[in-house]
Amino acid sequence: MDGTAFEGRPALSEPLVRIEALHKRFGSNHVLCGIDLYVTRGEVVCIIGPSGSGKSTLLRCVNMLETPSDGRVFVDGIELTDPDCDLDRARTSTGMVFQSFNLFAHMSVLDNITIALRKVLRQDRSAAEAKAQKLLTRVGLAEKATAYPAQLSGGQQQRVAIARALAMEPKVMLFDEATSALDPELVGDVLRVMRELAEEGMTMLVVTHEMDFARGVADRVVFMDSGAVVEEGHPDQVIGNPREERTKRFLANVRKRD
Amino acid sequence: MSWSRRQRLRLVRGGVYAATITALVLILLVVDWGALGGALFKWGIVKDQFPDILTTALRNTVIFTIFGFAGGLSLGLLLAIMRLSGVRPYRWFAATYIEVLRGIPLLVTLLILGFGIPIATGWKWPNPYIQGSVPLALVAGAYIAETVRAGIEAVPRGQMEAARSLGMSYSRAMATIIIPQAFRIIVPPLTNEFVLLIKDTSLISVLGVTASTLDLARFGRNGVNDTANATPLVVAGLVYLALTVPLTQLAAWMERRSKAGRR
Repeated sequence: MDGTAFEGRPALSEPLVRIEALHKRFGSNHVLCGIDLYVTRGEVVCIIGPSGSGKSTLLRCVNMLETPSDGRVFVDGIELTDPDCDLDRARTSTGMVFQSFNLFAHMSVLDNITIALRKVLRQDRSAAEAKAQKLLTRVGLAEKATAYPAQLSGGQQQRVAIARALAMEPKVMLFDEATSALDPELVGDVLRVMRELAEEGMTMLVVTHEMDFARGVADRVVFMDSGAVVEEGHPDQVIGNPREERTKRFLANVRKRD
Repeated sequence: MSWSRRQRLRLVRGGVYAATITALVLILLVVDWGALGGALFKWGIVKDQFPDILTTALRNTVIFTIFGFAGGLSLGLLLAIMRLSGVRPYRWFAATYIEVLRGIPLLVTLLILGFGIPIATGWKWPNPYIQGSVPLALVAGAYIAETVRAGIEAVPRGQMEAARSLGMSYSRAMATIIIPQAFRIIVPPLTNEFVLLIKDTSLISVLGVTASTLDLARFGRNGVNDTANATPLVVAGLVYLALTVPLTQLAAWMERRSKAGRR
């Protein structure tokens, strides 16, 4: 032991998620060109930007579903980019919600939520199911425990996916365009659950096209383009009064679409 | 004068019907049905096949098939996982194994393993069931591996990502999330593999048989030798059909149902 006290235990001022000089290349395609980003405890950070800007890739680097080409990623003081890092264990502190829901199609809603509790955290079935039931109530789907994913609407599936991620009691939730695959009338239910989660103090990193959500819920908005952070700050500033030309152009295009 | 497309079509179709019916009538007139029936389906000989064709021959065919399939399925699953592994030597081994064993006729593999290995090494197969089933399983494993691999690849990538994001290791995600879904997809093709295997067991008798290890095909062939009549083989063929037709129909039904179920 050297002088660094609290080895492995981050100081309170340490951000929960810290990304340093992150690069990602797919062959000759340079998708992320040196990203620095942090998320502090309890903070909600929304990443916006045109498609192909690298925002989903960035999010997927936070739990190492994509392996960065260069740079470092820390979550709760643990460096995930360290080759010796136990990724399976580290991933239990990040919950992820996908654009395409990715519920396990061969399992009931209840099993979807409890499978990782039972197989990864070794909880017994009754405790896991009690917890799952509580989470289902929280996302408004208490009566769907025995249903299969194919029997649910997209919005219901996504809320189950949120409950599944929350069951692991992650320190940070990652949302990868969670409402982009939904019919417009189903978006509201999912956003409401996300908003409640933010109000309860969950740390969230959210890739989204929902500008109203970003403006209303985010503590900080990050605008990305061509694999780089172009502008970041308070939502009222970045979305309401952007400084950068590219941000203005992007927001104008989004408004035109709506 | 020129005919319309529809008239031409009608003319051609009429010609085909007329030719088919003429051919059928000719066959009916020319063939000596009594003699044919006597040689292929003589009732007295049909009755003599029972009950041994069921209690010995069918039983042995089923034993060879089940051993071959159980072994082939385990091996096929293992090979498929190796084929998709990130470890290059595993991939290379599985790919080579699959290529080699699918590229050699089953008959040749049976002879090499069943006879060649004992001659080369002095080692003896402990019993004829193992001698027949093991080569069958080794070959079936190569075919089943490709089916299983197709099934695994048909499971959407997001399923693995979701499992990994929840902290599951690759192997746990494979075992609890990917492979169960892959098997649902491949039940119909696996049923067809099973049917192929039933028929392939007919080759095992080239390794030599005793009275108690006769399979359906060999039983029929011995019957032909004993009776100088083809009826025993025809009966054996019918018993094969009684096994295979329900299974292929079942596979087709499952395939239709899963297609209808996919929304």
